[in-house]
Amino acid sequence: MTVAATTHRLHLKTNRTVDLTVDGQHVRVPEGSTIMKACQEVGIGTPTLCYEQTLTPVNACRVCVVEMEGSRALVPACARKVEPDMVIWTDSERVRHSRKLVLELLASSVDLSYAPDEVQGYLDHYDARPERFGPPDTSDGAVHRDHTQAGHHIPTTNGYAATVAQPPKIDNELYIRDYSRCILCYKCVEACGVDAQNTFAIAVAGRGFDAHISTEFAAPLPDSACVYCGNCIAVCPTGALIFKSEYDMRQAETWDEERQTETDTICPYCGVGCTLRLHVQDNRIVKVTSPMDHDVTNGNLCIKGRFGWQFVQNRARDTGVEESVGTS
Amino acid sequence: MLKAIHNGARLYVVDPRRTSSAQWADGWLGLDVGSDIALANAIGREIIEAGLCNHAFIEHSTLNFQEYKAGVESYTLEYAERETGVPAQAIRELAHAYARADRAQLCWTLGITEHHNAVDNVLALINLSLLTGHVGRYGSGLCPLRGQNNVQGGGDMGAIPNRLPGGNDVEIAEQREPFERAYGVSIQAKPGMHLTEMFDAMEHGAMTVVYIVGENPAQSEAEMDRAIRLLSGLECLVVQDMFLTKTAELADVVFPAAASWCESEGTVTNSERRVQRVRKALDPPPGAKDDIEILCEMAFRLGHDWGHPSAEEIWDELRSLSSWHQGMSYQRLEAEGGLHWPCPSEVEPDSKFLHGWLWQHPVGGPLAPFHAVEHDPPIDKLTDDFPVRLTTGRRLESFNTGVQTSGYTSPLRRGESLDIHPDDGRSWGISDGERVRVVSRRGEVEVVVRYDPILRPGLTFMTLHFQDDVATNLLTIDATDPKSGTAEFKAAAIRVEKLNVEAAKTVEVAAVAGGES
Amino acid sequence: MDLRLIQNATPSAEERDAVDSLLGAPQTDWRGTPHEAPADAYFGAAGHESRGHRHLLLPALHAVRDATGFISPGGLNYICQSLDVPPADAYGVATFYALFQMAPVPPMIAHVCDDIACRMSGAREVFAELESRIGPAGKATPDGRATWHRSPCLGLCECAPAVLLQRAGTNQTDEVIAPADASAVLTRLTGDARKVEPNPQELNGSLHAPQTLDPECAKGLRLLKRAGRVDPESIDAYRASGGYEALRRAFDLGPDGVIREVLDSRLQGRGGAAFPTGRKLQDVARAPARPHYLICNADESEPGTFKDRILMENDPFALVEAMTIAGYAAGCEQGYIYLRGEYPLALARVRHAIDAARRRNFLGADIMGEGYHFDIDVRRGAGAYICGEETALFNSIEGFRGEPRNKPPFPTMVGLFGKPTMVNNVETLMNLPEILIQGGPAFASVGTEQSTGTKLFCVSGCVERPGVYELPFGVTLREVLDLAGGVRDGRPLQALLLGGAAGSFVTTEDLDVELTFEGTRAIGAALGSAVIMPFDDTIDMADIVLRIAAFFRDESCGQCVPCRVGTVRQEEALRRLSAGVPLGSVDQELALISELELVMRDASICGLGHTASIAVQSAISKLHLFDSKRAQ
Repeated sequence: MTVAATTHRLHLKTNRTVDLTVDGQHVRVPEGSTIMKACQEVGIGTPTLCYEQTLTPVNACRVCVVEMEGSRALVPACARKVEPDMVIWTDSERVRHSRKLVLELLASSVDLSYAPDEVQGYLDHYDARPERFGPPDTSDGAVHRDHTQAGHHIPTTNGYAATVAQPPKIDNELYIRDYSRCILCYKCVEACGVDAQNTFAIAVAGRGFDAHISTEFAAPLPDSACVYCGNCIAVCPTGALIFKSEYDMRQAETWDEERQTETDTICPYCGVGCTLRLHVQDNRIVKVTSPMDHDVTNGNLCIKGRFGWQFVQNRARDTGVEESVGTS
Repeated sequence: MLKAIHNGARLYVVDPRRTSSAQWADGWLGLDVGSDIALANAIGREIIEAGLCNHAFIEHSTLNFQEYKAGVESYTLEYAERETGVPAQAIRELAHAYARADRAQLCWTLGITEHHNAVDNVLALINLSLLTGHVGRYGSGLCPLRGQNNVQGGGDMGAIPNRLPGGNDVEIAEQREPFERAYGVSIQAKPGMHLTEMFDAMEHGAMTVVYIVGENPAQSEAEMDRAIRLLSGLECLVVQDMFLTKTAELADVVFPAAASWCESEGTVTNSERRVQRVRKALDPPPGAKDDIEILCEMAFRLGHDWGHPSAEEIWDELRSLSSWHQGMSYQRLEAEGGLHWPCPSEVEPDSKFLHGWLWQHPVGGPLAPFHAVEHDPPIDKLTDDFPVRLTTGRRLESFNTGVQTSGYTSPLRRGESLDIHPDDGRSWGISDGERVRVVSRRGEVEVVVRYDPILRPGLTFMTLHFQDDVATNLLTIDATDPKSGTAEFKAAAIRVEKLNVEAAKTVEVAAVAGGES
Repeated sequence: MDLRLIQNATPSAEERDAVDSLLGAPQTDWRGTPHEAPADAYFGAAGHESRGHRHLLLPALHAVRDATGFISPGGLNYICQSLDVPPADAYGVATFYALFQMAPVPPMIAHVCDDIACRMSGAREVFAELESRIGPAGKATPDGRATWHRSPCLGLCECAPAVLLQRAGTNQTDEVIAPADASAVLTRLTGDARKVEPNPQELNGSLHAPQTLDPECAKGLRLLKRAGRVDPESIDAYRASGGYEALRRAFDLGPDGVIREVLDSRLQGRGGAAFPTGRKLQDVARAPARPHYLICNADESEPGTFKDRILMENDPFALVEAMTIAGYAAGCEQGYIYLRGEYPLALARVRHAIDAARRRNFLGADIMGEGYHFDIDVRRGAGAYICGEETALFNSIEGFRGEPRNKPPFPTMVGLFGKPTMVNNVETLMNLPEILIQGGPAFASVGTEQSTGTKLFCVSGCVERPGVYELPFGVTLREVLDLAGGVRDGRPLQALLLGGAAGSFVTTEDLDVELTFEGTRAIGAALGSAVIMPFDDTIDMADIVLRIAAFFRDESCGQCVPCRVGTVRQEEALRRLSAGVPLGSVDQELALISELELVMRDASICGLGHTASIAVQSAISKLHLFDSKRAQ
């Protein structure tokens, strides 16, 4: 038996609105909205990498910055709340410059090849040319990156651009951590922490360019607090965290999103009733996600919902259905 | 729950083990297994004594308060401390915290219901909510957390001995008649049997043919030796399942079924009475059929041509008979991401909580009665021969008898173990990882010991997940709650025996050999 | 919370004692007693109260480091269990700080300053000697007892080159050696510990304010008036020299009266942003949420800056009194001094002053019988420049990584622990007693119209008499330089760094600039932390600029992309230019650096990113560094 006594006040939505101007257009949005929301109202898209509707904004990536009249620096659209009579410019010279540079800085230091198409779209749109910073230094820095000392660094090999290249961490059967693809958006840490799972298996460790996502003392996941809910994978924007099922298929070059269907159903386990989105390729489940906008668990699952579907497939194998995908 | 805690909510956890939830709790009350009513009644008495009960609510919305008050009179804090082991001061603190909270919820799982007096346990908790008015209002209430995805929906659809779909009572003619008209048959006016009664009926020869759909009682029943014996002795056993389970292996006829959650269309109902759609994402393997199809084929062979109805057509028939579900068209279920019953109209919102009518003036339904209940400790008594309490439960990564979860590789899974407190291990001379024999009055198993500080001396824990390897249900007792039919999985008396040295060596050698193969 | 501790990592007795001496011995096995009390079997509390001590994480990490030299898995486990903090989280916090090592290290570490002032004043010779006698940085002495590391600016620029010697263990001490010669360092690292002579520098305190030596000059001093004259360890001496008169005056005026005087004084914050202190006091005092907090930002880490250290070492009671006045005006009952980890003497003096003040009822309940309650906790930094940024400082005190927060909301409304918070640096606060004694208008009569009062200037580098100088706002750069005896050895001046590593390079053409907030702004520079560092003609300016770029790369917290990667790309480009192997042309490289400057200034979260390129840009534009047309 558990007793939870809630002491906090209900969040009552106010009816107040705020008027502002975005790219010369007048916008009225509810008080407390973000600039990004105001942009949406007038059909202006905002590029984002570290933003997720279910997580507290950290606005670390800075690709969403916009120009706000009266502000010395640009402001993050994903987190900055609207104020009366704000004047916002989303496509000024300064905005384009910062977005382009942020994308170049990321693309020159991180492997974005598994990032969704929209990220490549941003790079194209802002004419990002990451090669301007020199050829990537992809020498194997794995050991170095897990055990750096804050306040010290070894200078980049002259003529090269430092990267976060390192071999993927494969230490369990469920998912892979390939931090050479990590843009340090903090989303996995938030999902593992107070925003969803409250397991706190991972945190940002180290500092500066050497900051990285880590368990305590870089322990392998099976030795950590990880409960394999996969909620970190669900929010990872660049494929740094990836299901082993997907990773293996990508390695075998059998992963083909064009041939995949997505079907929403309900988890077969406990009574919470989480929605499972089954990604199916060739009549086999290849991964499971959950819609962020469903109010039962807002995209979060547990290990059983996320990974406990294989029995359906094992049964298919028993009855002699041909193995058509996967290497495992 | 953790979201609420981060917003400032206080959490009290009542559980014999220091669970993960207990590690977050402002107070953990680690009562002895099966002393829930002693605790709940003492909380009730303390709330009354301290003048913290909600008199306006009690007078307006409830019945039998005086009987309840008299019933808990003997449940002093001191008595409760003796029966539960929990310090009186902690019980008092919880009583005051619950009664003084602006909003409070009581949530529970099988620790309340897997007892021989399961219904009394639940009533004892309901009494507390009536005492304080923590029911039928936003943020307050009673919340049984269901262990299976459609245990609520199964009952709502009438898969329960005394109910027809939509909660209609088989014993009440005006509730029964619409079904008789719609189905064109007469329905017996008395409740059917619950699971435990069925096994008794098998034992007495009154039940000779059994048709089991999607259950694995050969492994999930308490005292499983008896369950297997009875199922094996039937004239005819039919099993319909996704897998050839241990139960299916005993069957005369097996119907291979599609996985209802991903290979067919339909609905399930979760803990909060939310009806949600399940959808077909995969074709079932060759030979396996949708449950609906199997049932219709059965009906046809029994002389009833039901045709080939779709899941939605069946649902619409249900809606025509169940007022709870009337407003829930497939279209609406899709659009709104599920609906909570009661939802009698397609044009009105669903019901987020159930007992709001208790607060209406005048009350919008029957008054809520208090039920005075008495503490009754577990049937399986601790004695010198069986001095240790065994309780059972689940682990995060596994589910019930493991039929589904054994299909994936989990880094968290470590197989069955007898979890004991390290102090017990030391005083019994049993080391962490040692293989032992566990003996109850009903049977014995061999299992590896694991030290776990979330227990306390005298309290041990096992799961039911690995019945193929360790048949925990050989140990459990099928002392059953007469009202719900649930067995007392939570409380068995055991003793732990060291295996003799020779046997231990053999095991070790076998393990090594296994490791090399 | 539901902690999963590191398996098979038990704390040593030293680690256990270190944590227990800070937090008290745990009362239940939930928090780490080795054997459980019987009561723990049936009841436990691990809720909000248990999770409410996270702000002690940084002190607990210090305690373990002080005891053993590093943070072991067992030590981290014990801290986590004691404070109910997840190990991964605590690991993330510990690895944020340069002074915490996560693997075994020798108990003695010499941090040898490698920053701009020291490398112009003999640091290279120290490095060369250490390398030849011990080995490269990080290598242990043969007995495994000691090692050495390069360090960013230790804030001892006026007595460069500087070394901070940390000894862990039962006789834990931190010792400063400055000016350091290689033999003094080597004696300590390799010699017999019992025979080491005390360091005369340490005993004298670091009185490096040359004006105080000249009685005539000393008369005009306000902030430095007690330096070298009044015993910094005696509260009676402090009171005999006018101490606590200002607090008495504050009680007479009442909080509103104090704020009015500060508003009238037109005092502006000395931390670099020059925000009006009176308005900040007013904003916090009026903020409806409670409680209010006061923070003294003593995390002085800007290369070239050491004025706050000298104030704390020489007049610690004045800081305590100033904080009490500020706390009284802003309605705070709890104050914190966040003191950088590399200042052992300042730490000792401030702690001593707080204890002495508490004993005499100048801190604690009912101060001076006026019914006002106020106390101060000292929090020691652990090697992170970014923690001088006020919101990063909040996170650091709260036990999180020292990463800046987004503003708004501003600290006066949502600061430490989410409450209204008054944050000021040491020098700003130290003006408050002066303002109350003289009155706001009189204070404002010194300096210029827009920049009132006196200012402390940190003069170091190629200069004859380095040290901290107190002069009225409006003095020219040339006058300060002259007062400090001009360029060392009479050599020609090549350039000056004005304002610190986040400031700008200026040239001889700028010597007549008035040193005010507005005057420096007019020449495209900033007063910053009032660093004045001249470089003579022998200095390789490319080396200095590279060091500044490396400093920002090291000190970026890593949170936002423009700063995290931008500081790396900036250093890489400068290194290519410096080596004469540009990508494309020199002009292309210079354009690239300009683009980086713009994105860091426009899109970074905090001031570190905003300013990480200023010095580099000024070196390129003013000193024509790397100019392709410049004669080689």
